[in-house]
Amino acid sequence: MPGLKLYGFGCESEYVGANVLIGFLILLIFQFAGELIVIAIGMPVPGPVVGMVLLLIGLILKGEVPECLRIPSEALLKHLALLFVPAGVGLMTHFGLLKQDWLAILLALIVSTALTIVVTALILNPSAKKLHNLNQDNS
Amino acid sequence: MEFWVFFTAKPLMWLIVTIMTFIATSWFNRRLGGTPLLHPVLVSLSLIIVFLLLTGTSYETYFEGAQFIHFLLGPATVALAVPLFDHFERVKKMLLPLIVACMAGAITAAASALLVAQALDASVGTLLSIAPKSVTSPIAIGIAEKLGGYPSLASGLVLITGAIGCVLAPAIYRILNITDEAVKGFTLGVSAHGMGTAYAFEYGLMAGAFGGLAMGMTGAFTAFMLPLLVSLLGIG
Repeated sequence: MPGLKLYGFGCESEYVGANVLIGFLILLIFQFAGELIVIAIGMPVPGPVVGMVLLLIGLILKGEVPECLRIPSEALLKHLALLFVPAGVGLMTHFGLLKQDWLAILLALIVSTALTIVVTALILNPSAKKLHNLNQDNS
Repeated sequence: MEFWVFFTAKPLMWLIVTIMTFIATSWFNRRLGGTPLLHPVLVSLSLIIVFLLLTGTSYETYFEGAQFIHFLLGPATVALAVPLFDHFERVKKMLLPLIVACMAGAITAAASALLVAQALDASVGTLLSIAPKSVTSPIAIGIAEKLGGYPSLASGLVLITGAIGCVLAPAIYRILNITDEAVKGFTLGVSAHGMGTAYAFEYGLMAGAFGGLAMGMTGAFTAFMLPLLVSLLGIG
C-alpha cells in the first residue's frame, strides 16, 4: 500500500509487512503488561483480559486504531474458533469422569446455558430498544 | 513402525493436522449452511481425538505441536480491544444495562449449572469443573484450579458449553424476538464466551465486539463471584 502513512504506536514504517509485525508486537506487549499486573496485584483474572483493557484505554486516549494494529487483530479474530481446538482435544484425558457423570454434565450445561441466554437477552433488550428509538428521534 | 513413531513425535505434524482438520471441517460446515450442531471446533476436536486414540498418541505429544495455536489465544484476547474501540460510543451509552445483564447472566450460568448437576448426583470434582463453564478457557482453568476442580475437564466443558450456546442462541432469539446485533452478541459472549464471540462475528463486527466485551466482563466477574457462590451452596 504505497502512500499510506501511519502514525503513533510506533508504526510509521512505510512497508506494510513491517507494520503488521509491529502490530503483532503491540498485542504481545500489552498481553505481557497484563500478565505483569496480574502477578503484581495477585488478581484471579487472566493477563490477556487485563491486556485487552489496557489496549482499549490506549486506543481511547489515541482516538483511533492504527492500521498496523488493525490488520493482525482482525486476522486473529477472524480465526478465533480455530484457537480453541488444542484445549478442546484435552477432553480425551477425562473420559473416565465423563462416562460416570455424562447425564448430569449434559443436562447441567444445556439447562444453564439456555437460562443464561434468556436472562441476559431479556435484561438487555429493553435498553437496546430505547437506544434505537433515541437514535431515530435524533436523526 | 519405527518410521511412524518418529513421524508422530514431530510436533509440526500435529500443528498441520490441527489446521488441516479445521479448514476441512469449516468448509464442510459452510457447505451444510453453517449449522452450529456441526460446529467446526467440535467436529475438529472429535476427529483429532479419534485420530490420536487410533494412533496411540498421548495428549501431551499432541499438545507439543498444537501449543503454537493455543498460544495465539493470548494476543487474540488482547486484539478484542480493537472491535471494542470501534463500537465504544455504543458501549458507553449502554454501560449500566450491560453490567447488570452480565452479572445476572454470570450468576444464572454458574448457579443453575451447579444446582442441576448436584441434583443429578455428580461428583464434587465434576461440580467444581462445571462451575466456570460459561467463562473463557484461560479464566475457567484458573478458577477450576483455585476451587479444586479439574482444569483440563473445565476447559473441555467450557468448549461444549460454547457449542451448546451457539446452537441454542439463534432459536431463543427467534422465540424472544431479539433482533438487535449488540444484544445478540453480548448475550452470546456472556453465555458462550469465546466460541459465542466467534459465532457473534457472523452477525457482524458490532455483535462480535459486544461478544468480546461480554466475554471479558463475565470472565472477570465470575472469577470473583464463584468462590462465594460455591461456599454458599455448600460444595467442596
